[in-house]
Amino acid sequence: MKKMSKTFINNAITYALVIVAFIVMTILQNAGVLTRSMKGQLIPICVYIVMAVSLNLVVGISGELCLGHAGFMSVGAFTGVVAAACLAGGVPNPTLRLILAMIVGGLIAAVAGVIIGVPVLRLRGDYLAIVTLAFGEIIRNVINCLYVALDGSALRMSFNTPVVQEAARTAEGIPFQVLINGPQGATVATKLATFTMGFVLIIFSLIVVLNLINSRSGRAIMAIRDNRIAAESVGIGVTKYKMMAFVISAALAGMAGALYSLNYSTVTASKFKFDTSILVLVFVVLGGIGNIRGSIIAATLLTVLPELLRAFNDYRMLIYAIVLILVMLTTNNPRFKQLRESLAEKLRRGKGAGNESEGGV
Amino acid sequence: MSEQKTRMVPIPSQGIIPERDLNATPVLECRHLGIEFGGLKAVDDFNLTIGKTEIAGLIGPNGAGKTTIFNLLTKVYHPTSGTILFNGKETSGMNTVQVNRAGIARTFQNIRLFSTLSVEDNVKIGLHNSMKYSTVSGILRLPGYWKNEKRMHERALELLSIFDMQDLANHTAGSLPYGAQRRLEIVRALATGPKLLLLDEPAAGMNPSETAELMVNIRKIRDTFQIAVMLIEHDMKLVMGICEGIAVLNYGRLIAKGTPEEIQKNPVVVEAYLGKQKEADA
Repeated sequence: MKKMSKTFINNAITYALVIVAFIVMTILQNAGVLTRSMKGQLIPICVYIVMAVSLNLVVGISGELCLGHAGFMSVGAFTGVVAAACLAGGVPNPTLRLILAMIVGGLIAAVAGVIIGVPVLRLRGDYLAIVTLAFGEIIRNVINCLYVALDGSALRMSFNTPVVQEAARTAEGIPFQVLINGPQGATVATKLATFTMGFVLIIFSLIVVLNLINSRSGRAIMAIRDNRIAAESVGIGVTKYKMMAFVISAALAGMAGALYSLNYSTVTASKFKFDTSILVLVFVVLGGIGNIRGSIIAATLLTVLPELLRAFNDYRMLIYAIVLILVMLTTNNPRFKQLRESLAEKLRRGKGAGNESEGGV
Repeated sequence: MSEQKTRMVPIPSQGIIPERDLNATPVLECRHLGIEFGGLKAVDDFNLTIGKTEIAGLIGPNGAGKTTIFNLLTKVYHPTSGTILFNGKETSGMNTVQVNRAGIARTFQNIRLFSTLSVEDNVKIGLHNSMKYSTVSGILRLPGYWKNEKRMHERALELLSIFDMQDLANHTAGSLPYGAQRRLEIVRALATGPKLLLLDEPAAGMNPSETAELMVNIRKIRDTFQIAVMLIEHDMKLVMGICEGIAVLNYGRLIAKGTPEEIQKNPVVVEAYLGKQKEADA
């Protein structure tokens, strides 16, 4: 049972970290200490944490490199906007509307995950990565020329601009609202996203991912990652579990996307470019592949860092890049790892915990 | 380690099985099994019958096609000719996963553990299909999760105790010594609840005392689970010590079948292993 308690403690630390950070930030926010730019960063940080945690499920736990994660985010973002607008009349409570919009965003992103997963998961390694990249771009380009409008109570979708119709409908006296206007993106009527809901979404994604890892299905996913042939030989259906990881990850990204889009007054498809996928991948790699807590910390720091570096003006991105390189070098340096381990060992000894049995056999 | 000799008796389909298994359906029957890789016949016209609780050996020089036969039985490769009857049922059309669910489990010559996971998790993955609860109840931690996980934990330790490995449960599988990794692979295969256990060189890399212990344990596994074991092995002491029936393979063809005594005396087998008498003299 020692190991159970070890993962339990590990997970508890992760949850505690998020909860404490949320409480501290809420207090600071209420005290009026935070600058406007810092306040504006809170929800994007939540979004990126969820993105990183969900991508870690695919990259770290399932062991497949996915370069199109922003694609699922954009699916969730735009369906979230549409859902929120459709529900505006029926659901007056903004929090409930946000939750419903996130659920719809997550579901549609999951559907996209299934559609993309079927062909993609037949591939392995680099090929899979490249195809996910392509799918991410396809999603972005499709949304880029998609027009969605609320025509009375009906939803109209087309690849042609509905502006002409708009004039006609307005003349008839039917309310006509363009929700997604091609390259100009989606217009959000009311910003529904709140920091509290961002926090709730993080906790939700943590529960899903951490509980999944420590369950029968999670073990199957990791078994496939560690040794596909052996996993098949003990009767684990490879496709099913790879798909499961991929779809759950897509759904969480979709929910994060819905939260993201409902935080702004307009969202364009260009926000979910390949760069975003890579950015999230950087969070995952920097935080440690398969390390959920690391993803959370990395996502937070790297989202805040460019803002903190604003004082350096033109050199901002240069310093950002240098910091990235330095962190990568130090965390992957064997000597640094040794140093860290010996420090941890000293700390443990210092506590006088002599009951730790030797690991070697 | 002395046990009463099994009497091997002939059966209609030209094989021998232990007398005690005579009334049961043979666990495995290969009929004219063969596979070609681009014109190369890796296995050709392979016939073998294994009794319900038999310990069978498959031996032969390197490259004779022994592992290929395991791969055919577990559908890593699909045979290009012949049939495999498992418990009297044909396995054509099944894939690796389905064959395992039907009851064939294996270990690998080059160890294939889930090396980043713990020893216990490796066994629990073996238990994957025998203890079920839905993914949703896993995520929501419904009662089904706790009940099954508890049972899985107990069962995993019970299986590990066959090899006295229950104390290693929390170690990372990849960090175990070689011999322990081999034993863990056997435990993981057993966890899937097989009726036929295929062991690919289980004693490779083990020292003589470990091998002796392994022999006892293989017999123990057969006796407690009442299953058939088929093993590929180069350690003749182990093969002759525990196998009741032995098949000898050379260049993909079956060159001899019989009891350990018969095989040891068989001139064709001696030739395959040592070369012809004349050449040796020359």
